[in-house]
Amino acid sequence: MKTRIDRREFIKFAGAAGAVAGITLSLPACAQTKNGGAAGAKVVVIGGGYGGTIAAKYIRMMDPSIDVTLVTGEKTFTSCPMSNWVLVNMHEFEWLTHSYDKLAANYGITVIPETATKIDPEGRKITLKSGNTLPYDRAILSPGIGFKWGAIEGYDEEAAELCPHAWQAGPQTKLLHQQLEAMPDGGKFIIVAPPDPFRCPPGPYERASLVAHYLKANKPKSKVIILDAKDKFSKQELFVSGWQKLYGYETDNSLIEWVAGSSDGKVVEVDPQRKIAVTEFDEHQADVLNVIPPQKAGAIAEATGLTDDTGWCPVDHKTWESKMQPNIHVVGDATIPGSLPKSGYAANSEAKVCAAAVVDLLNGREVGEPTWVNTCYSLLAPDYGISVAMVYRIDADGQLNSVEGAGGVSPKDGNSAAEAIYAESWYSNIVDDMFA
Amino acid sequence: MVRKVFIAMCFISMSLFGQLVHAGTPTGQMLAYTCAGCHGNNGVSKGAIPSINNLSAEQMAQAMLDYKSEKRPGTVMNRIAKGYTEEEIKAMADYFASLKK
Ligand SMILES: Cc1cc2nc3c(=O)[nH]c(=O)nc-3n(C[C@H](O)[C@H](O)[C@H](O)COP(=O)(O)OP(=O)(O)OC[C@H]3O[C@@H](n4cnc5c(N)ncnc54)[C@H](O)[C@@H]3O)c2cc1C
Ligand code: HEC
Repeated sequence: MKTRIDRREFIKFAGAAGAVAGITLSLPACAQTKNGGAAGAKVVVIGGGYGGTIAAKYIRMMDPSIDVTLVTGEKTFTSCPMSNWVLVNMHEFEWLTHSYDKLAANYGITVIPETATKIDPEGRKITLKSGNTLPYDRAILSPGIGFKWGAIEGYDEEAAELCPHAWQAGPQTKLLHQQLEAMPDGGKFIIVAPPDPFRCPPGPYERASLVAHYLKANKPKSKVIILDAKDKFSKQELFVSGWQKLYGYETDNSLIEWVAGSSDGKVVEVDPQRKIAVTEFDEHQADVLNVIPPQKAGAIAEATGLTDDTGWCPVDHKTWESKMQPNIHVVGDATIPGSLPKSGYAANSEAKVCAAAVVDLLNGREVGEPTWVNTCYSLLAPDYGISVAMVYRIDADGQLNSVEGAGGVSPKDGNSAAEAIYAESWYSNIVDDMFA
Repeated sequence: MVRKVFIAMCFISMSLFGQLVHAGTPTGQMLAYTCAGCHGNNGVSKGAIPSINNLSAEQMAQAMLDYKSEKRPGTVMNRIAKGYTEEEIKAMADYFASLKK
């Protein structure tokens, strides 16, 4: 008995110093003191994507005495980042898929490849599709986005089988890829771009760029048309100057055309059978119609009452705990993230802050000072990359805000060839952070 | 007896590592976590982005300060380094150095 306690004592002490990772404690005595101590506390994470994997893994790295379960919906994850690259044959589809095996093996996370169907915030338990339930002390949700079906008249789940959004990666990515491959030369590839806020602000414009690159090489008489609900978009100047260099933008032979909201770009209705997009004054006949609809937080967040009337989840940015329900934290695209964008890098950064806060809270400690980074690389062609980067913290007014004087977009005369290469390295590293 | 000592230890560890470290600025660890999305697990990178797990604390701090002051060119690091105070740069550099075996 004595030796056991001595050992625990040592491990707990060393663990607090951050020197020990990967040791599982079954019953450290800290839990028995009224000072808190997180041993045996149960955290359930819902969603195994850019936010959820990181929250689960970093809790275990910071405090291996906490019991962490990750509910993923599926056996593998398919990444949205880089799905535009796959769309135009720069990589195989398999490059996007990742296994949870190492999270279980290396970090002792219990991975359950099922969908969570219900959360009971009072009883603190989660019901899975199988009917099984999981009790929790704290739950963390990173469920991603849902779509506002019907917000564009005629565009519902069934219509997405004819006119894919490909804004959640997987079968939708494959469908859009097949349609692009099957499109005749001289065809029109129309992208319907959504209003703010939405997942990956530069994403529709990266997609337009890479599709234009594909068309230039394979179907040069064709065209990409972006019908936009907005009048401006992320990294716009850099996109426009790249399009001018690469795709004859704003000339008669431009491979890309962008129609701003105020120039009748806002699509109000689609006919999915005939692939027609209808704006206030016009109709556009497409050969491929890629509708990215208006978005909201993932279904489970809405069903649990975590969303407000914006459709997104308000949270306390120091802890990412919901402002609607106690003991439930939300990170990633589903949240109202202050001045952070809805990106994979932001979800990663939010999940680390959330994980640290949950570890502090379960240990009865004061929550530490947070900081975040966001980065989004976009490709305009396989050898032409641009980026936006920013550091964030809680400002003097208590708001999550960007740091003045830091960050911003690539300089106009930046090294776009190097950034294209760094973009690929970024992907390898962020998926290692998530899955290895 | 052993148990009493133990509880005391919990207290000490809490005040040492819970209070002191959380005083207004982010910890070196929290700061360093935000780099991993680009530089990889514990700073070990795959591909073109350089690994940052093998620099001494002095080397890393100097590199960050040089990015911050534009003395050293980069595609993205200048924009990032400008987000941190010297103190924070030192804290993250110490954290990365502490991971070295
Ligand atoms: C085309 C495209 C390109 C992009 N490129 C980039 C990029 O280059 N860089 C970047 O930083 N970001 C990029 N993004 C944005 C990025 O994909 C998202 O911001 C990121 O995935 C958000 O992470 P998340 O954890 O909120 O959601 P996700 O990563 O989507 O993870 C949510 C997971 O939760 C699961 N889930 C949902 N509900 C349940 C439930 N009830 N039970 C169990 N599981 C559930 C989902 O199936 C999913 O696997 C891109 C997005 C798109 C569409
Ligand atoms: C957007 C991705 C990105 C993020 C985020 C990022 N880095 Fe970098 N880092 C790079 C790239 C790319 C380089 C190569 C220089 C350049 O082009 O800017 C680099 C270079 C460096 C170097 C020089 C390495 C050497 O061997 O000379 C250091 C040190 C460094 N980064 C530290 C950090 C730290 C610390 C953080 C977190 C605060 C960080 N980086 C965040 C992408 C990133």
